[in-house]
Parts: sequence; structure tokens; C-alpha cells
Amino acid sequence: MGSYITFPELLIWLPLLAGISCFFMKKGEAAKTMAILASCIVLAVSVGSFFYTDAAQYASYNTVNYYWLKHIGSSFFLGLDETGRLLTFLTALSFPIIFISTQKNNYKNPGAFYGLMLLTMAGLMGVFVAIDALVFYFFWELALIPVYFLCSRWGGEQRIQTTFKFFVYTFAGSLLMLVGIMYVYMHTPQRMFGDGSVSDHSFALQSFMGALLQPGEQQWLFWLFFIAFAIKMPVFPFHTWQPGTYDQAPTAVTMVLSGVMVKMGLFGVIRWLIPILPAATSMFANLVIILCIIGIIYASCIAMVQDNLKKLVAYSSIAHIGLMCASLFALNELSVQGAVIQLFSHGINIIGMWIVIDLLERQTGVKHISQLGGVAQKAPVLTIFLVIIALANIALPLTNAFVGEFLMFSGLFKANAWYAVAAGLSIILAAVYTLRMIQKVFYGETNAVTACVKDISFAEKASLGVIVVFIFLLGVMPQHIIEFTKEAVTALIALKK
Amino acid sequence: MSNILEFVWLIPVLPLIGFLINGLGRNNLSKGLSGIIGSGVVLASFIISVLVFVQVKSGGSLDNSYFDFINISSLQLGFEFKVDVLSSLFLLIITGVGFLIHVYSTAYMHDEPAKDFAKYFSYLNLFVFSMLLLVMGGNFVIMFIGWEGVGLCSYLLIGYWYKKEENTDAANKAFVMNRIGDLGFLLAVFWIIAKIGSVNYDVVFSAASLAKFSATDITGITLLLFVGATGKSAQIPLYTWLPDAMAGPTPVSALIHAATMVTAGIYMIARSNALFSLSEFTMTVITIIGLATALLAASIAIRQNDIKKVLAYSTVSQLGFMFLALGTGNYVAAVFHVLTHAFFKALMFLGSGSVIHAMGGEQDIRNMGGLHKHMKITSVTFLIGCLAISGIPGLSGFFSKDEILAGAFGVHGYGKVIYAIALFTALLTAFYMFRLYFITFTGKFRGTHEQEHHLHESPAAMTIPLVILAVLSIVGGYIGVPEALGGNHALAQYLSPVLKSAAHHLEHSTEYILMALSTILVVAAILFAWMKFKNYQGEGEATGFGRLLQNKWYVDEIYTAVVTKPLAALSGLLDRVVEKKGIDGFVNGVGRAVNYGSRQLRLVQNGQVGVYVLLMVIGMLVLFFIQLFA
Amino acid sequence: MDIKAYLVLSLTLFTIGIIGVLVRRNAILVFMCIELMLNAVNLLMVAFSKMHAVSPVMKASATYASDAQIFVFFIMVVAAAEVSVGLAIIVMLYRNTHSVDINFLNRLKN
Repeated sequence: MGSYITFPELLIWLPLLAGISCFFMKKGEAAKTMAILASCIVLAVSVGSFFYTDAAQYASYNTVNYYWLKHIGSSFFLGLDETGRLLTFLTALSFPIIFISTQKNNYKNPGAFYGLMLLTMAGLMGVFVAIDALVFYFFWELALIPVYFLCSRWGGEQRIQTTFKFFVYTFAGSLLMLVGIMYVYMHTPQRMFGDGSVSDHSFALQSFMGALLQPGEQQWLFWLFFIAFAIKMPVFPFHTWQPGTYDQAPTAVTMVLSGVMVKMGLFGVIRWLIPILPAATSMFANLVIILCIIGIIYASCIAMVQDNLKKLVAYSSIAHIGLMCASLFALNELSVQGAVIQLFSHGINIIGMWIVIDLLERQTGVKHISQLGGVAQKAPVLTIFLVIIALANIALPLTNAFVGEFLMFSGLFKANAWYAVAAGLSIILAAVYTLRMIQKVFYGETNAVTACVKDISFAEKASLGVIVVFIFLLGVMPQHIIEFTKEAVTALIALKK
Repeated sequence: MSNILEFVWLIPVLPLIGFLINGLGRNNLSKGLSGIIGSGVVLASFIISVLVFVQVKSGGSLDNSYFDFINISSLQLGFEFKVDVLSSLFLLIITGVGFLIHVYSTAYMHDEPAKDFAKYFSYLNLFVFSMLLLVMGGNFVIMFIGWEGVGLCSYLLIGYWYKKEENTDAANKAFVMNRIGDLGFLLAVFWIIAKIGSVNYDVVFSAASLAKFSATDITGITLLLFVGATGKSAQIPLYTWLPDAMAGPTPVSALIHAATMVTAGIYMIARSNALFSLSEFTMTVITIIGLATALLAASIAIRQNDIKKVLAYSTVSQLGFMFLALGTGNYVAAVFHVLTHAFFKALMFLGSGSVIHAMGGEQDIRNMGGLHKHMKITSVTFLIGCLAISGIPGLSGFFSKDEILAGAFGVHGYGKVIYAIALFTALLTAFYMFRLYFITFTGKFRGTHEQEHHLHESPAAMTIPLVILAVLSIVGGYIGVPEALGGNHALAQYLSPVLKSAAHHLEHSTEYILMALSTILVVAAILFAWMKFKNYQGEGEATGFGRLLQNKWYVDEIYTAVVTKPLAALSGLLDRVVEKKGIDGFVNGVGRAVNYGSRQLRLVQNGQVGVYVLLMVIGMLVLFFIQLFA
Repeated sequence: MDIKAYLVLSLTLFTIGIIGVLVRRNAILVFMCIELMLNAVNLLMVAFSKMHAVSPVMKASATYASDAQIFVFFIMVVAAAEVSVGLAIIVMLYRNTHSVDINFLNRLKN
């Protein structure tokens, strides 16, 4: 271990410390500035980490291993691999965009708000870099708990009810996972630490992968882990917490939830579920894929009849996540590569959607499609951004989502042609509900509600501009991101049994 | 320039630059400037396309991958362009006709505010860019990028006047129906990827790859590709968006919904002819669908009163003819008809635009009449278009349509049946086109007094494209004069490296008879239209069959009843019942059950020591039993 | 002597005790029944202790055998202390409520 402070540590400690110091700030402006500044620094660190990707050469920058609970075989083991790096970057990119685009929202007790947001960020970072199951679980919960407070204190009218449901639901899933982790732990081999001490079992990912599990045990363990991840994503039929929470949470939190936090579930599948339980994964893959595809069509259908903009986006997100989950379980090169790209693309696209909705809601106080209309006349620049993001959301070519969806669908087709046919219906349905939304909200004549809408300011333009740049960058030249994640994908495919 | 082919990337990039300039600078550009930029970039592309065409004619071709788009071990996919005889021809049509329409638009759209004017040209340039990608792409994915891109531009331009819900409805309909087709296209691409791991034309159509496909694969892939084509090229069952798409500005209808975008399906099938020729079944399906669409659309066109709707149904019908040609293996004829149709249909759409412009936005031909007096150039050029589409000998439509009919006649077995239906459709075509012409341009004016006062010939920027297109509509056919008429079919020879016509060659004597037959009948149909509509004074409410035609066979209503409404009902049901009551009900039910259970359990704690002791004893007994008997 | 006899006696006493606790409403009687149960257990303990003392395993260290018997004295002492506390409580209850009916004493509720 070098004497340097490593990237994973920086990514966790910076937001954590900034978050804690926010709590003590009396002035709202100071807390806001602190949050923006801290998240920008984290972004810089994350960008910097891309210059040190070579695993062999820069191991001391990218991994860290403290001995913290030696006698039970757990160490504070963090590391950045390709998928992790991509998702930490997504996290690091999302938070500044979220803070900047929502800075006009006034929160009661802003110090606590921004502090909790930064704690969430730290938790998310931890989830994406943990290589020790206990550490992973620790950060998994750390990311959840601040969100609970954020939603229950700054949310909409029915916040208590929905937040309670969200918390209990996801927490129940986490507990299942905890049981799973403990069970696998009991079957791991001995672990030798560097200083010669030995523990009977180990929480390290490597040991988990080498755990001696009978096929029968793998089968029920699979469901413990899968349900935890499925609730987080969320996958049909574990999704019902999501629309309500997205609707009721403050929009900045919804952005975190939908853009980054749902990726925790998918990341969990990539990092933990498939490597630990490859046999059970192969066994239940078809079942999971079918579940996901039902969810895709189901959520798309429901999105078509939603009047609430936020719920519409929520259901469309369920459909998109379902597709990613199905692709991961199809477990061939095309589908997994597509899913990994889409992890990132979906994150920034949906944050863009929320920014636009937040702007509309802030100005009009309305989030129902039927009450809006004619916004394009009042806010043409906003409309252009929205149309680009919405079209990216329905995977139009030369936008980032096309690359991901194209690869995912072709991977699903390779697994089973009917999967692609059934999931492909969502391409049509997505066009239906997205265009309906654009038509009813942005086109047509203005009404009393939308007459007061103003076009967007520089800060929002900049945030949306960054998103649009990524949309086209990844849409026109996706090979860079493919190149970057190729090896991780190959390694994951190699686990297939 | 020694090798112009090295610069072909400029052809799509120039319109893209035009799009960016007009799109980003729309608040600052004057109308004149954005018009010049918009048309200028397309003109530049046209010039390069001509040079490319010359080079390709002398044997050049280009296959170039500019950068890796997606490159993983199970799929190598470059950003590739392929320029050969087929694509170079389409380049000419797109940039040439595109340029004329851009010029026309500068005058037609002149009443728009500068901001919207620039927006319009940026969309138009984006469309040209996408269409060029579509035909220049060196693999199916690049083609698909253009394919969806043109769909998007079509959506944006149909909904250009977005304040009216009717327009945006039409735009949505066009996009969604195209997407249905696109799904078919995509699935075909996936199928190809799954089988051979590449989508490059040269790889897919190589003998080695074709050998990897089973008969089912080929039929499946070609049918799915054809589904894609029915969406984009408005064939049964996905044609209903095209007539509605007339909600967009008229030059858009001319460019997108007549000359270029809707022929993308024909281009795609011609491009993949190596695949399609291998599947007898698919070819039969294409023939039947093409023929049915041609007949259905022509029958509807007879009773339409909106000038643009007539042209729209005529387009659908003509596209049907092209598919008929493809289905009978007559690829060259299909491409030939694309070319001539681009000329005369663009001409007629622009002509109708000129009429609408003069009438101050009026589109109903019942309120027109006698316009020939007021706008001679428009009238004459429109007449040329009508003659060309009807297939009067000497004009372009005659050669291409005759080739399609002859190809159909030569099909073994049921060829003569196809020929008879196609010929009948051609007669309908002549009839409804001249019905349109006579009602609009001859007789007495039936509009309001103000409109009559306002009537005027359109400005030069509109009439010059009309004249150029009229000339092309006359001479365009001479590149494909059949051998029977002493020609050598220059087009077929030019296309021969890519398209090998599978159509049967007829005896020259047979061909003469067929030509004579169709000419006589078409002239008769025109005369009939003359008799019927030269002094058109409006007609009574349509009844019976006419009413059925006027309402477009109620296809839209059927689709609404069979697809749209049930889907909406199902979604509503899922939302209200399955989601809220079923799944969420279950989740909430678990919570409520715990709550209820706790409340019930609380009653046990009633403070009676005796009860506690009793429970304790029972518990102990249970433990004993478990210990002793379990 | 066979241990069965002690077991039967002890169980009988214990059951009488339980039934008494369950059916009696007089606090003093319940209290006596509890004492009865306690003594039944004590009896059992002594009996087992005696039985194990003759077992060959325990022979090596004879002290084991008398452990339980000594323990019983402790229990009796504790029980005596308990009785005094318990009776004191009952007396206090009677002073306050003029009743020793345990069903009346449901103040634990709420």
C-alpha cells in the first residue's frame, strides 16, 4: 500500500466530510455553495481517475485495503474497476448537475438538506467501490437512510406515507440480502491477512466467489440477493414503491433516485449476484428475463395513460430498467455491453428529463399533463432541450440510448428471438407515450397556467447542455465507452456456466 | 480533383452544417440568409453528387469506414459509407430534387417569422442529412440511423405548425406508425447479427454469408425488412399516416412524402436484392401487398376533395406500383419509377403548393376551378405532371410504368392477373389525376370573392423549380427506353453491377400490344374524366360505394377500434386495477395485515395475570410436545 | 428405590400447583400454589441428585452428588424470602383495595 490517498477513498471521504460540515452551516447559501463546490471537486477527482486506469501500473491509486475487522475476516477493501469507475463518474457528474439545476429551489433548513444529499453521494460512491461484502452492505444502507430523511422532510403532501413505504420496502430487500451475505460468508474458505492473522471466513468478493455452495443452496440464495436488487432497480412486480416516491420526493432527490440509485441494483447484479452465484443465474435467467419483459410492456402501457408527468417518467424508467436487467441476465457480449453503456446513458438522460419537469413545476406549480400546453411558445430553448432528451430516451439513433438499446435488443435476440420481439414492443409504446407528452405539454396553445412560463436561465442551460453533449458524444462515437468497458464485460461473460 | 470519391463524406456533412447554422443561429439570421444557407448547402451537396455520379459511371465506387461505431468481438460495426451505382443515383435524386424544393420553400414559407423560417430550413437540412445517411450507409445500421432520422424530421416537419392539435396528432401518428415498421427493420438486423455477426452489405450479401442462412432465416429476415418498408413507404397495413402527413407545409410533402423519404423502402429492398431474390414467399407477399396498396389507394383518391390528399393517396398508390415491381423481381423498373415519380410527384406537390399559396391556404378543390386563367405556369406544369403519371407515351411515367406492367405480365402463372389489376389501377390513376386537374384548373371559379381577387401566379422562386421539374418529368424517362422501342435502357446498364433484373423479357410484339393497350385505355380514362369534370359544379352527397371511398374504406376507424382503443382500455385497466388494486394492493396489504395482526395481538395483553400464566403454561406444554414428539 | 415414584409425586404436586394458579382467584391461594410448584421442583432436584450420585460416572468426585441437595437449601431460603415479600405485597394490596382477588388486580392493563 502506497502512502498516497487513493481514488476510492477520495470519492467517499470528500462528499462525506463536506456533507457533515454542511450540517453545521447556518446560512443556506453557504451550504449550497459548499455542496456545489464539493460535488465539483469530486467530479474532478473522478475525471482524474480516468487517467490512472491501468490496473497493474496504478494499483496503489485504485485499491485500498485497511484491516478493520480482522477476526471476522472483513477488511475495508475498496477498488475501482471499469464498471465501478463508470458509475462513480455517473454519480460524480450527476450531483453537480443536480445541485446547479435545482439551485433556485428554496429548501427549509438547507444545511441539513445539502448535508444529507452529500451523505447519499458518499454512500453511492461506497457501493460502487466496495469489494468487501460487509463494506458493500454498509454503504448500501448508508445511501438509503439519508434519502429517507430527505423525502420525509422535504417531500410533497403525501410524503410520510410514500417515504415510509419506500423505506420499509427497500429495507426489507436489504435484509434479505444481509441474510444471503451471512449465509455465503459461513461457507467461505479461511482467509489469511497480510500480517499473518487468520480468520475462519471472509467477506472479500474473491472469497465469496470461491464459496462452497451446493446447487440447492445457490438457488434460494439467488432469490435473496435478486429480490434485494430487484426492489432497488425496481423490476416488475417489486416496483410499486417507485412511482409514488418519484412523485412525492423533492425533485433533486428524485434525480438521485432515478439517475443513480437505481443503478445500485443493476450494479449489484454485475458485481455480486452473477459472480457469486453463476450456476443459479444461468438456471433462473430465463425466468428473470420473462419477468423483466412483462414489466417492460406493463410499465410502458401504464405510462401511456398517466396524466402525472412525474409518474409518466417513473413508469418509463421502470421499462428502461427492466430492459437493462433482462439484458444482464441474457449474459452475452452484446446484451451486457449494451446494458453497461445504458447504465450511464439512462442516468444522464433521466436526470435531464427531471430537470425539465422541475423547471415546469417550479414555474407553473402543476405537474399534470392535462393542465399544461403550449410551453414551446413561451420557452423554445427549454423545448429544444426537452425534445432532444426525450428522443434520446426513446433511443433515436445518434443519441446515447440508441447504442445501448440496440446492443441490448440484439443480445436479447441472440438469447431468444421472442424476447427481442416482446421487449421490442416497448420501442413503439415508448414513442407513443413520449410523443403524447411532448404534444400535450409543449405543443398547442398556451393556457392560463403556462402563460407565465419563462425560458431557462444560464445555469439550467449549462446543466442541460452538459447532458446533451453527452447524449451526442456517446451516440455518435460510442466506441470509446465500449473500449473502456470491454474487458469488464468479457470477464462477466466468462463466468457464465 | 482527381478522386472526388474521397470527398463523399461532404455530401451529408454539408446539410448537417446547414442544420447547425440555421438551428443555432435561428434568432439572429435574417430570412434571406437562412434561405441561402439552407439551399446553398444542398446545392453544394448536389454538385458533389453530380461529380460522384460521373466518377461512379466511369467505374469508381467507394467503401469506406470512417471510424468504429461499435466494435466488440461479436459485432464489428463501422461508420461506413458505400457509394456505388445505386446510391449515387439516389444521391442525385435527393440533393437535386431537394435543392429545388429548398429554393421553392424560400418563397413558399416567406410569410413565416424569421425564427420559424430558420427552424424550417434547419429541419429540412437535417432531413436531407438523414436521407443521405440512409442511402450512403455501408451497412444496415447506418441505414437505420438515416431511416429513423428521416422519420424524426418527418415528425418535426408535419408538426411544424405545432399550435394546431390536428397537425401534431398527424405528426405523432406518422412517427408511431413508422416506429412499428422500424421495429420490423430492427428485428431483421438483429437476426442478421445473430447469424453472421456483421451488418455490412458486402459481408451479408456475400455468397459465404448467404450460405449460412437457412431458408427460414431468409424468409424471416426479408419479411421483417419488408415490414420496415411498409412503415416508411406507406404500404398496407401501415399506410394511413401518409395522407395525414399532409398537415405539414406543402414543400415538405413534396420532398419527404413524395420524392425521397417514402422511397426509402424501395431503396432498402433494392439494396438487399441478393437476400430478397432468395425468398420466393417474400417476393409473393411484396407483390400482393404492392398491388393491393396501389389499387386501394387509387380507389380512395377518386373521391378525395383535398388537393393534397389526392396527391398523397396517389403517392401511396405509386409506391404500391414500385413494390409490385420489386416483388416481380423487376428491381430496375422499381428504381426507375422512383426516379420518374420523384420528378412528377414533386412537381405536382409543388404545383399544389403554388395553388394553395394563391388560394390563401385553401386546399379543397371544390372551392377552386378555372385557375388556369390566373396561373398559367402552374397549370401547364401541373398538366405535364398529370400526363406523366398517367403514362402518356413520350413522358417519363410512360417508360417506367410500362416497364413495371410488362414485368408483371411476364410473371409465370398468375402474371396476367397481376397485369390486369395493375392496368386497371393505372386507369384509375389517370382518371383521378385528371379529375383533380379539371376540377382545379378548368371550369368556373367556385371560391369566395376575396380568394378570386387574391389569385396570382407564384413568384419565380416557386415557378422556376416547377419548370425544371416539368422538363425532367418529360425527359426523365429517356434514360430507360426499352429495347422494344429501339433504346438500350441506359439506366439498366448503369445499375447492372448491383441490380440484376430477374423479370422475364417479353417478345417485342407482346410489348407493343401491351403498350398500345394501356395507352388507348389511359387516353379513354382521361377523356372520361374530361367529360365528367370539365364543367364541375360540385356534386351531391356521396352514397353507397362512393361514400365508402370518400371515407377511405373506414380504415382509420377500423384501426382505432381494433388497436388504439383496446390498447388504451387495456392500459387503463392495468393502471387502475392491476397496478393500484393488484400489485400495489398486495404490497399495501402486507403492511395492513401486519398492522391488523398487531392490533389483534395487542388484545391478548389484557393485564389479567391469570391469562398470562395460562399462556405461559400452554407455551411450555407446546415446547414439551415439540421436544418429545417432533 | 425406583426414581419413578419421586417423578410421579413431583409431577402431581407441580400439576396441582399449576391448576391452582390457573383456577384460583384468591391471591393467597395462588401464592401457596406457586410455593407448591417450587417445592415439587425441589423434590425433583433432590431425587435426581440422589440418582446421579450412584451413577458410575459421578463416583470419581462425590462432591458433585451433593451439589444439588445443597442447592435446594438455597432455593428454600430464597423461597422463604420471596414468601415474605410476596405476602407483604398481598397485605399492601388488601389494605389498598380490600380485596385479594387477582382478577380485580388488572392494573397492568393500560
